[in-house]
Amino acid sequence: MKLKVYVTLKPGVLDPQGRAIHHALGSLGFDGVQDVRQGKLIELEVADDTDDAAIESMCRKLLANTVIENYRIERA
Amino acid sequence: MKTAVVVFPGSNCDRDIAVALESVTGVKPVMVWHGETVLPDTIDLVAVPGGFSYGDYLRSGAIAARSPIMRAVVDAAGKGVRVLGICNGFQVLTEAGLLPGALMRNQGLNFVCRDVALTVGTAQSAFTSRYTPDERIVVPVAHHDGNYFADEATLDRLEGEGRVAFRYADPVNGSARNIAGLLNEAGNVLGMMPHPERRIEAAHGGTDGRRLFEGLLETVGA
Repeated sequence: MKLKVYVTLKPGVLDPQGRAIHHALGSLGFDGVQDVRQGKLIELEVADDTDDAAIESMCRKLLANTVIENYRIERA
Repeated sequence: MKTAVVVFPGSNCDRDIAVALESVTGVKPVMVWHGETVLPDTIDLVAVPGGFSYGDYLRSGAIAARSPIMRAVVDAAGKGVRVLGICNGFQVLTEAGLLPGALMRNQGLNFVCRDVALTVGTAQSAFTSRYTPDERIVVPVAHHDGNYFADEATLDRLEGEGRVAFRYADPVNGSARNIAGLLNEAGNVLGMMPHPERRIEAAHGGTDGRRLFEGLLETVGA
């Protein structure tokens, strides 16, 4: 089973990388961009019988730092 | 004073801290590989060094914080053993849950590598006993992810409990309330982004960092 885990900074947490991208888009003439947030995508290939609790646990224990980040799991 | 230095793959300041500790205590630290599961007996201080453990993969300090030896370090900290995390070591200590908050990418996106002025927040700890509160000291920084973040309630609590050990005298990386170094509740764990081990003799341009180690030696005794 393939999983995609999207890790993003929580709303309200400053995202300097997103801000730099926003700035660069502005320099390229794309004026209509309201905001940019940069996150990361982690792809996992796990055994088909891996239970949801284990997947949640992976996210909370390692893949996301829940002090500053949210995560979202997508099952392919 | 018996000391240990944790050695992770990729860290580049483990020998610097070892040299600093030996210079002040007169005893060579025990270098402990990250894959070990136990620390040497009767250790007074464990140092978690600076410098890009595991290449900062995933997040700074995240993988190191889950290494086998860190379970032993967390146990030791709970028993009152002193733990000092410098730079990447500070990131490792927050990721391991020994200190609150998180260290994010610097606000200006630059890697900051220079001497900075710090003010001492508290002298009420083994790490800071040789400083005076509000004293201004100069210690180098070298980091990309030193932007300390915690929610407002946590920041208020940390300040109220006198747990801010060091602040940047001027903003350096966007760190909340200019926090450069933090103590845990019991005062036996310190994490800091600046590098005191790079300021221990006159040839380094100053000795402001040396007093941190001298304070520890004095508190621990011998």
